Order: sequence, then C-alpha cells, then structure tokens
Amino acid sequence: MKEAVITTDKLTKRFGDFVATNEISFEVSRGEIFGFLGANGAGKTTAMRMLCGLSTPSSGNASIAGFDVYRQTEQIKKNIGYMSQKFSLYEDLTVLENIRFFGGIYGLSRPRIREKGEKLIKDLGLEQEAKKLVGALPLGWKQKLSFSVAILHDPQIVFLDEPTGGVDPVTRRQFWNMIYEAADRGVTIFVTTHYMDEAEYCNRISIMVDGRVKALDTPRNLKEHFGAATMDEVFYALARGAKRSE
Amino acid sequence: MRTILFLLEKEFRQIFRNRSIMLLVLVMPVIQLLLLPLAANYEVRNVNIAIIDNDHSSYSRKLITGITASGYFRLTGYLFSYKGAMSLIEKDQADLLLEIPRGFERNLVREGRQQLFVAVNAINGTKANLGGVYLGTVIKAANDDIRLDLAPQQAGAPPAIDTVTANWYNPLLNYRVYMVPGILAILVTMIGGFLTALNIVKEKEAGTIEQINVTPIKKHHFILGKLIPFWVLGNVVFTLGLIVSRLIYGIVPQGSILLLYGFIWIYLLAVLGFGLLVSTFCDTQQQAMFIMFFFIMIFVLMGGLFTSTDSMPEWAQVASRFNPVTYLIEVMRMVILKGSGLKDIAGRMGVLTLFAIVLNGLAIFNYRKTS
Repeated sequence: MKEAVITTDKLTKRFGDFVATNEISFEVSRGEIFGFLGANGAGKTTAMRMLCGLSTPSSGNASIAGFDVYRQTEQIKKNIGYMSQKFSLYEDLTVLENIRFFGGIYGLSRPRIREKGEKLIKDLGLEQEAKKLVGALPLGWKQKLSFSVAILHDPQIVFLDEPTGGVDPVTRRQFWNMIYEAADRGVTIFVTTHYMDEAEYCNRISIMVDGRVKALDTPRNLKEHFGAATMDEVFYALARGAKRSE
Repeated sequence: MRTILFLLEKEFRQIFRNRSIMLLVLVMPVIQLLLLPLAANYEVRNVNIAIIDNDHSSYSRKLITGITASGYFRLTGYLFSYKGAMSLIEKDQADLLLEIPRGFERNLVREGRQQLFVAVNAINGTKANLGGVYLGTVIKAANDDIRLDLAPQQAGAPPAIDTVTANWYNPLLNYRVYMVPGILAILVTMIGGFLTALNIVKEKEAGTIEQINVTPIKKHHFILGKLIPFWVLGNVVFTLGLIVSRLIYGIVPQGSILLLYGFIWIYLLAVLGFGLLVSTFCDTQQQAMFIMFFFIMIFVLMGGLFTSTDSMPEWAQVASRFNPVTYLIEVMRMVILKGSGLKDIAGRMGVLTLFAIVLNGLAIFNYRKTS
C-alpha cells in the first residue's frame, strides 16, 4: 500500500447531544480518488470540514498530509484545496480577478499567478469570459473554475464537497476528466457525491450512515460483497437503515 | 504584507463595483449635511401664544405689542376668557397662555406691583421651556419701560443688575456652527461602522468566507484587509463633510486641519474595529444591522450632539466616557470652533487609541477560522 496522506482514528464531532460524525476511522493514500458517500445528513460535510481544519473535532485523531487536525490546522491549509458545497468564488469579481486573489493569498508570486492563470483559462476554454464577472457564468463553468482555483496552488490533497450537484451530464464528464488529470499528477482527491455513476469512477469509496462509516472498499468489492449489480443497489442496501435525514 | 495587497486589491474592486456603496459614501453625507442642520434647529421660533386681556388698558396693549414685536411669538388667539384660551391649548393651537388680569394698569400705577399668569403647554418640553423664558424676558423689558414711564423724575431707575454676555467661539450663537461638526461626526461613525460590520457578514452569508478560512491566511491580515478600505472611505466621507461645511455653512476650522485628520484617523480605527467585532458575532446581515443600530442609537443620543453630556445624570456621564462618539463630537467642536491644539486633545486621543487597540484586538481574537 502507498503512503497514507489522510489518516483518521475514531474522529468524532458532537453538536450538543447530536453526534454528527461518530468515530470514523480510515486511511487515504497519495494519488487516490476517494469517494465519500452517504445520504443527506449522514455527516459527510462535517467530517470533511474537520479534515480541512475548518472545524475542531470533539474527539479522536486525524492527520492530513502529516499534520495534526488539532494543532496544525494552518499547515494543513497550506497543503490542501477545498471546494465547498456552496459556490464560493466572488461573484462580483471577474474570472481573472478571482484567480489572482486566491493565488495571492496562497502566496504564489505574481508572474506565477499570471502564468498559471493563463493556462487555467486556456484549459477551461474561458478566453472569452476571462474578464467577465463570475456571477454571470453558467453553473457548470463556475464549478469547473472553482475546482481549478482550488488546485491552483498545487495542493497535495483536494477536498470536493458535491462538486457536480446540479451540473449537466456532459459537464459532469468533463469535470471528472479534470479530476483524473489532477490525480495523475499525484493530487489526492477526496470527493463526496450523490451520483452513483461517479462513485464507480473512484478508486475506493466509503459509505456513511448516521454518522458512521458502514462500508469502505473498491466499488467492485462492495458490489460483490452486497451481491449487487450496481453501486445504486449497494447504497440503497446500506442507506435504507438510516434513521436521520435532512 | 503581500497578502494584504491582494486583499486590498480585491476589496477595492468590489467596493468600486458596488454602486450603492459609492452612493452611500459620496452622496449621503452631502445630502444629510445639507438637510439636517437646517431642520435640527435649537432655536425656538413661532411659539404660539394666546392672550387673555381682561384689562384693555394702554399698558396691557403695550405689553402685547412688545410680545408680538419680539419675533419669537405668533399671536394665535386674543380672548376674553381663560376657558376659551385653554381650549386653544387643548387643540394644540397655543403653546403659551398669558392672562392679564382686570385692573392691571391701575394696580401697577397705584400699588406698584401686579401679577401676570402664564400657562405653558409642556408637551413639547423645549418649546415650552424656552417660550416661557422668552416671555419672561419680554415682560421684563416691558416692565422696565413702564418703570421709566412712572418714575422718570427719580434720579435714575431703581437699582437693577444687568448682565452683558459675550458668546465666545460662536459669537452669533449660530446653532449651525454647533450642529454641523456634530452631524459630520455622526455621519463618519454611521458609514464607517455599518459598512465594515455588514461587509464581513455578507461574506459569511455568501459562503465566500469559508473559502478564505480554508486558506493559510493570517487572521490579522484578513482583518487589516477589511479595515483599511473602510478607513479610506471614512476619510473620504470626512473630507466631503469638511468641504460642505466650508462651502455651505462657511465653517472654517479654527485649529489645525492636520490635527483634525490625525484624530479622525485614530477614531476611524476604533469605530471600524467596533464594526468588525460586531461582525464576528453575527451570522446574517440582518443581525449585524440590528446590533449596529442598537449601539449607534445609544452612541449618538448619549454622545452629546443634541443634549450636552454635562447635563446628564452621573451614570450617563460615566457611560459617555466609554462612547467613542462623545470624544469625536467634543474634539470636532474644540478644534473646529475653538481652535484647540494637540495639547488640549491629547488625552482624548490617548483614550481612543486604547479603544482602537482593544476593539481590533478583540475582533481578531474573536474571528475564528476554525469553529
């Protein structure tokens, strides 16, 4: 097995009496595409926010790129990219201005920002839109831009929270091509999704139910284990028992 | 440092793109400074007076002429009964009621004294109060005339103490000279405080702050990146205000302009720090708006713009020492009207520096990148 870049051990987050994430333990290795599945309200986003250093765990341990989630959140932040469920580039800035701003606060030099920005815009085919406000772009383009900005500073790991929600199938396919390209360059991808076809694209997936990880394996092994023909059936078999939903 | 430049670039682009903020900063202060000093008038004119003259003598007429000629009163009723006059007060058509008793002239001449009865509608406290004082002055003047009339042969009038008042720093007692610096102080406070508080909360609502929190940005860089743009806007508002005061009201600061700016620079840091601190506690713009309203109302009403802090109860005077607006209004009036120098305002500068450090320190402390 390759070097682990994400390790969690009984990682837990409580909000009062509510246990959002309950003692989850797993490892993700470098360059892996790790699918993080679960029904709405299963605790995926909470877990991901802890791994990104946005939320302090209640108990348990985790290390991201070798840094501790309690004490070294700022070092973690230097080494990861994050794309939240909610679109969070600045809608009142242009494509180029967003790239410049996020490049700048990750500490990239101005020539490097310019060079990377040009390449990014060319790869996305956004030459015509580079000077348009981001708010005016269609959702699919926004999401692709968001992803590109999240990996602008060459992070070791990128966390994607439902990156393709509401996006058309063609754009989703393009999006996954971008994910594969990043993974080929050695970036570890940690992604949540509700699309089971996307789950099939992952190297390994975990399925969370009511705050716990109920299954973790390659898509093929999971289907075998549950005697299911598709990931849909696997998911259904596990999530059916869920007590909480949104 | 480099990070701050990127933050500033972004913030200024967003501000210049937001037309309502530009309007707020450029147009609002000008309009308010044109309107408010004209409306917020301390001077009481047009006090409605109803007079019941039961005497119809030459002295009573003299007194009435004196009252109507003073320019402060408007005779809204000339009646023959107290009851009729009282109904004018009830209908809000009279603020004051003066009753001249029967035999006014006769008693004055024969007995040398006579009482007048004045009733005041105290619903509008200031108007009643000042109207009563004016009326007293007018009656005293009429009294002096009558006295001279009756005893011209006496060597001089009966001894009376007369006072001559010189109004320093505002010789014509022009209330605008007094109000304009105060209103400008409030404009700077409102615009600076509200804009900063709402700005960060807006990023919380949009979710963009999460994208910032997941970067390795330093907390004090982020706060400075928010503070500096609004500090610059605050200076723009203040400068516009000074220009309006000069062009429209002819108010030229007696003291050093540089000193005034020096004070405003520290003051803005304190007020913006307060706005930032409020924003760290709020999740929605609505919350931030209401909390800011709550404090700004208290700051303004207890800051000595409309009512002098010296005449407040002791607890309020103590509280006003924790109110940054009090210091700004005082210093604005001191430097603009009186020409006070650095030595005179150094203590207040020190206090505000402390405010600025504490408020911004708390804002940085309370801003959480990790919840």
